[in-house]
Amino acid sequence: MDQTGELEKFYRSMLLIRRFEEEAARAYARGKIGGFLHLYIGQEAIAVGAAAAIRIGYDYVFQTYRDHGTALALGMDPKAGMAELYGKDTGCARGLGGSMHFFDVEHGFLGGWAVVGGHIPVAVGAAFKARYAEEDRVTLCFFGEGATNIGGFHEGLSLAGLWKLPVVFICENNEYAMGTPLKRTSPVTDIAVKADGYGMPGEVLHGHDVQEVRSRVAAAVERARSGGGPSLLEIKTYRFRGHSMSDPGKYRTPEELEERKKRDPLLVTRQTLLSGGVDEARLERIAEEVEAVIAEAITFAEESEPAKEESMHRFVYAAGEGG
Amino acid sequence: MPQMNMVQAINDALRVAMRRDKRVVLLGEDVGKVGGVFRVTAGLFDEFGDARVIDTPLSEGGIIGAAVGMAMYGLVPIPEIQFADFIWPAYDQIVNELAKYRYRSGGEYPVSMVIRTPVGGGIRGGHYHSQHPEAHFVCVPGLKVVIPSNAYDAKGLLLSAIADPDPVLFFEPKRVYRAAKGEVPEGEYTVPLSSAAVVRAGDDVTVLAYGAMLYEALDASAKAQQQGVHCEVIDLRTLWPVDIDTILRSVEKTGRLVIVHEAPRTGGYGAELVSLVCEKAFYHLQAPPVRVTGFDTPFPYTLETEYMPLSHRILPAVLQVARA
Ligand SMILES: Cc1ncc(C[n+]2csc(CCOP(=O)(O)OP(=O)(O)O)c2C)c(N)n1
Repeated sequence: MDQTGELEKFYRSMLLIRRFEEEAARAYARGKIGGFLHLYIGQEAIAVGAAAAIRIGYDYVFQTYRDHGTALALGMDPKAGMAELYGKDTGCARGLGGSMHFFDVEHGFLGGWAVVGGHIPVAVGAAFKARYAEEDRVTLCFFGEGATNIGGFHEGLSLAGLWKLPVVFICENNEYAMGTPLKRTSPVTDIAVKADGYGMPGEVLHGHDVQEVRSRVAAAVERARSGGGPSLLEIKTYRFRGHSMSDPGKYRTPEELEERKKRDPLLVTRQTLLSGGVDEARLERIAEEVEAVIAEAITFAEESEPAKEESMHRFVYAAGEGG
Repeated sequence: MPQMNMVQAINDALRVAMRRDKRVVLLGEDVGKVGGVFRVTAGLFDEFGDARVIDTPLSEGGIIGAAVGMAMYGLVPIPEIQFADFIWPAYDQIVNELAKYRYRSGGEYPVSMVIRTPVGGGIRGGHYHSQHPEAHFVCVPGLKVVIPSNAYDAKGLLLSAIADPDPVLFFEPKRVYRAAKGEVPEGEYTVPLSSAAVVRAGDDVTVLAYGAMLYEALDASAKAQQQGVHCEVIDLRTLWPVDIDTILRSVEKTGRLVIVHEAPRTGGYGAELVSLVCEKAFYHLQAPPVRVTGFDTPFPYTLETEYMPLSHRILPAVLQVARA
């Protein structure tokens, strides 16, 4: 695919994520979705760029509770995602998990994880398995900068560094862990320096340029795949919404937000496409296609059956599934 | 007397304790500038400053471990764990360091601190924002475990916990954080630890409940009364050391026992209560005790009303025990 064709594909994928989440936020406001909803709006280029850098369905991917974007970028059916948010039996976790707990085995998505840092050593174990089985699979493990303060991060990176495992740690540094800015919780401003202590390369890059993300993640993935060991990529980004739906985000100024929105990955990509010769009409057509997909996902979620009480008991032990 | 909900009452207790005693410090994720995700510490950062109301990194083991160290030479830290579901990275510090410190040092290093944490279901939080893990803590020697059900008790129990020479785990039932409103005195007062409250008197069935489920037990008891069954409902308030005398006095009268808790049934706190009652009042029992609890499954995002031991599940249990 030529560069523009590829970028167009990325644009479509990012727009799908953006529109999925905007509609999810609307459904949340109408009480169709409950609990916690953490939006990825502003960070889409990271999921899309990283997904383009791996062998989807072969490689393993772990993400936090802020997981819709990554799941969709990997190719999860938006219908299964929206139905999960709605708590329906047709959702990707049978309506029992909700927003924070997406899964998609077909696309190698091992879950959204709501206990911060809990997934990091687990991702290391998945990478261990790949090498043990002599498969050249790579594991991607995403987390926020806040997560780099908890034990799971340090224990996970320590093992990965020691065992030189094929795992790429991606820290999506959006500057805030809930309401606390990085400078109030970390003595260092670049998370990437933490890689040093674990004998792996640490790199910093910016998350609004999807092609940059793709190529830098691809380099780390190829290094891991060819036996070069793990790395830590710190991708500087920003979330445009609150931490979750209940967060009005009063800890940052409107000016700061407006400034950051100038580097909205969708806006940036759109401008690149237009200046590269793609016309407005073409982008309009992409938007219409995306709208159709989203509308279908919502109808599907609205019309699906609610989560079943039997599912609640069924997946606790193998025996519950007749195993 | 001012009306307060539980969030305000806890906030008030913290303020009272901090004004009176410089040794009291708060620490946790977003407890400072933001005032806590449930607003429990709102305003305290402004009044007491960042040396006493400390925003920490995301680090439960670090928060609790550091609090233990602070307490060893006399500070009285009150760490917050944002949701009880996130307490596990700190479990080692709680079980192995905090709870054993007095014992290990032959009484030379008492550790007085209160860990506050919201607990329980009812906000559609799913697997990791809903759990009710008291059973994992009442079994830890050296630790006290408290859970209020209303605003008055919340303030009075918290002030007792802060003054207590032993470490206290203070669960806050988030489902009723704002719903449980009532009159709360200004300034100092305490509700003693290890004293249960008989909140509804009756002769037929003893119902033990705590936290958010107390209201469900009361609702079911009101409905049972319409069917001629009179429940005595006891709010345990402190889970450990539990006020066994109040429980026994009631069971010796009714001979029938129903226990309600949100956590899964197997190995749950209800099992300990049944054992205690059987050991101490076996010959008074006229029917097998019944537990109404969460299921032995993870906590689901949907189906909360099925999973939780709400009134519609308590009522049949009460009637069954009454008629057994
Ligand atoms: C062990 C643990 N502690 C606390 C929380 C509550 N919590 C959820 S997200 C979050 C902030 C995480 O910030 P960061 O890692 O930077 O990720 P972001 O939300 O910015 O994507 C906190 C404190 C949790 N889920 N798990």
